[in-house]
Amino acid sequence: MDLLSITATNWARAQFALTAGYHWIFVPLTIGLGLIMAIMESLYVKTGDEKWKQTTKFWQKIFGINFAIGVATGIIQEFQFGTNWSNYSWFVGDIFGAPLAIEGIIAFFLEATFITIMFFGWNRVSKKVHLMSTWLVFVGATLSAFWILVANAWMQHPVGMEFNPDTVRNEMVDFWAVVVSPVAYNKFLHALFSCFAVAASFVAGVSGWYLLKKRNVDFAVRSLKISSIVGLATFILIAVTGDGSAYEVAQKQPMKLAAMEGLYEGKEGTGLVAIGLLNNAKESYNDNTDPYIAKIEIPKMLSFLGYRDMNAFVPGIKDIIDGGYTLPDGTTALSFEERKARGQIAIQALADYHVAIEEGRNTDAANHELILKENYAHFGYGYLETAEDMIPDVPLTFYSFHLMVMIGMFFILFFMILLFFLYKKDIKNTRWLQYAALWTIPLSFIASQLGWIVAEVGRQPWTIQDILPVEVAASAVSAGNITATFIMFTLVFTGLLIAEVTIMVKQIKKGPEQN
Amino acid sequence: MITYEFLQQYWWFIMSLLGGLLVFLLFVQGGQSMLGSLSKEEGEKRLLINALGRKWEYTFTTLVLFGGAFFASFPLFYSTSFGGAYWAWMILLFCFVLQAVSYEFQSKPGNIFGPKVYRLFLFLNGVLATFLLGVVVGTFFTGAEFSVGKSNIAGLGSSGFVISQWQNPLHGLEALANVRNLCLGFAILFLARTQASLYFVNRLEHEVLEKRSRKFVLYNGVPFVVFFLIFLIWTLLGKGYAVDSASKVVSLEEMKYLHNFIDMPLVAIIFVLGVVAVLYGILRTVFQSNFKKGIWYSGVGTVLVVTMLLLITGYNNTAYYPSSVDLQSSLTLANSSSSEFTLSAMAVVSLFVPVVLAYIIYAWRALEKKKLRLEDLENDGHTY
Repeated sequence: MDLLSITATNWARAQFALTAGYHWIFVPLTIGLGLIMAIMESLYVKTGDEKWKQTTKFWQKIFGINFAIGVATGIIQEFQFGTNWSNYSWFVGDIFGAPLAIEGIIAFFLEATFITIMFFGWNRVSKKVHLMSTWLVFVGATLSAFWILVANAWMQHPVGMEFNPDTVRNEMVDFWAVVVSPVAYNKFLHALFSCFAVAASFVAGVSGWYLLKKRNVDFAVRSLKISSIVGLATFILIAVTGDGSAYEVAQKQPMKLAAMEGLYEGKEGTGLVAIGLLNNAKESYNDNTDPYIAKIEIPKMLSFLGYRDMNAFVPGIKDIIDGGYTLPDGTTALSFEERKARGQIAIQALADYHVAIEEGRNTDAANHELILKENYAHFGYGYLETAEDMIPDVPLTFYSFHLMVMIGMFFILFFMILLFFLYKKDIKNTRWLQYAALWTIPLSFIASQLGWIVAEVGRQPWTIQDILPVEVAASAVSAGNITATFIMFTLVFTGLLIAEVTIMVKQIKKGPEQN
Repeated sequence: MITYEFLQQYWWFIMSLLGGLLVFLLFVQGGQSMLGSLSKEEGEKRLLINALGRKWEYTFTTLVLFGGAFFASFPLFYSTSFGGAYWAWMILLFCFVLQAVSYEFQSKPGNIFGPKVYRLFLFLNGVLATFLLGVVVGTFFTGAEFSVGKSNIAGLGSSGFVISQWQNPLHGLEALANVRNLCLGFAILFLARTQASLYFVNRLEHEVLEKRSRKFVLYNGVPFVVFFLIFLIWTLLGKGYAVDSASKVVSLEEMKYLHNFIDMPLVAIIFVLGVVAVLYGILRTVFQSNFKKGIWYSGVGTVLVVTMLLLITGYNNTAYYPSSVDLQSSLTLANSSSSEFTLSAMAVVSLFVPVVLAYIIYAWRALEKKKLRLEDLENDGHTY
């Protein structure tokens, strides 16, 4: 791969990371607030208590501000697959395009249509229709998350497809395999619960601020009750689905798991690093330098979480590159060099197939197709050069993962304390807890960003696991052009984010009574 | 019998219809482009912004669906056009990014840049998005500068692994140098402005604005008709990109698009009906001062006209996204579509479309039982 296209690819990756990162600031809050608003409005319709209506309308206002910028950052996400990842779009578009289109038909219109009733229909439709609209906005947002996560999960674990050498792309042969893949539903639930969690901590933090200011105390306590229950429940569910996700990673993306744990040399009964400090002196996967300066381990836990067996062998980065260990299905793992060789055979067979077809040598073509088929599972390795190319950024993946888990644990404890003070003690006069609620708002956003860093950085160099590395997925657009759009988006998104935050702060300061 | 070819045609119809709906919904953008000229004071401006603000998401979502559906049904277009005409699409999308926040942010305290900047964003989106979309769609008739080599990914290409290669360093902006593309760009811009004026006549309970909007129907309707006619006549009489049904070889054919209309009379008839409906909506609104339903005639007409125009780019052995630098790289329904399996799976999903339309109509009507008045804005619960 020449240097120029690597720079362009890196800019394209940076642009994708930038837009995805920004988008994911707003999306969790939109989805999570959607749920919280819908619960509040249900209480209003059930009890007829105008205070619940006021509470709902206040959070709806915050929702609206946040929704707008979520939409703004989202449109780039969709089209970016084409603009920056042109080869990807053709190579797997037959499968990947479908969830995106379904998302548009089924989810986006539901959301966009009922949001108009939710916003403008308070006096134009009945109470029940309005409540239904609020719920449908939430359902629409959730469905949209589902389909896009199905698409993402498929990139991490491609299933339900076959490679067609004539069209030079992967074609879908089993729609349901794509939709109900265990990677997809674990990922969906994990991400969805994280949305609820972000919103819960946001609502709790804002409520904490009102209590600190001794303003809107009833409103704040009401909001705190809903958010604490939602928060505790979802953080527990996040832990459960996180475990499910990690199990899937162990089975399907062992390199990602190794990077998450900074594990270079695997063994049977591997422990889980609870806290660790990586050794910067480690330069290569096989330089025999200890990857850690210090670590605290839970014995055998990684083997158990990854393989549901305390004594299972967990391969490290070096093992995955060297191969030779026994895989869960009983076969022996291939080394990087073997996979690279087989990938190159597959790529060459595809080229030979095309030449043969062009020259009318059909028997030869059939032979090449057979060779291609036999080696296709390693296709992407044929584009890689050295073993280092298949190692993701270990420190980034490792620290992101561990920090995310720590924040998650913290929140379980935090919401338990919050609930205890709400129901058993006097939250209105517990200032330290009110401060704590306010200052934990950023933590949930950080944790949810870190989750995506683990998922996406950890799977490098692949856009499609084992099949297509990022360099080959990119468009033929020079680095200069992509740098220009990158700067454009950075400036605009940053400006809009600052505007969004200040608008929200103003609205929160105004308080629910003036809204 | 549902064949692969039928599914490709079916999906081209869906894409054309989505294109038609999108162009109709661009009335929101048209309205944004004339917020300054149509209103004389702040109250009027607010009313206009709120009237458009209740609809902007339909346009936006249709655009997103248009992209997603193109990806799912004709992925080679998605990879070739988006990854090649990079700047044309990026600027277009950028305008939509600006639009998405502007309604919500422009009137809110603390928005940093002040309402004028957000309204400028709305204006930019209004002018550039409509115009650029027209220019890009123009290349469906006039051609674009790309080549496609599917085996490039196996190392058989001369310039790297990328399948679709754009041949012009301007990456899409070169389409602006073609007068016919520009005519379609201006036609779409003025059509959107005409439709916006018709929408205001229909929606607002505001005498001054209504009167002014009627005049704007005329001011924008005339340039629309002129630009559209130039584009249309030029296109029908000019060369088009024909595909040989047996050999699949693409060649230039005199009056190809006119032939397509002649070969598909139903498409031609619907096209003419659409044109008549648009003109009827415009003219009756201009000449009859109590006629308010112009938007429905011109709206339905627009959907029909644009749908039929897009159909003749792909149906009847035509290359819908032709390459002017390498004819044989041109995209046709057959060489750029998804697999038969995916197209059928997506055809099942497309059965949801009537359901979607049904609830959109329900929601639209629920909110539009009454005309929009300045006094009502606060009571409705959410104002821009």
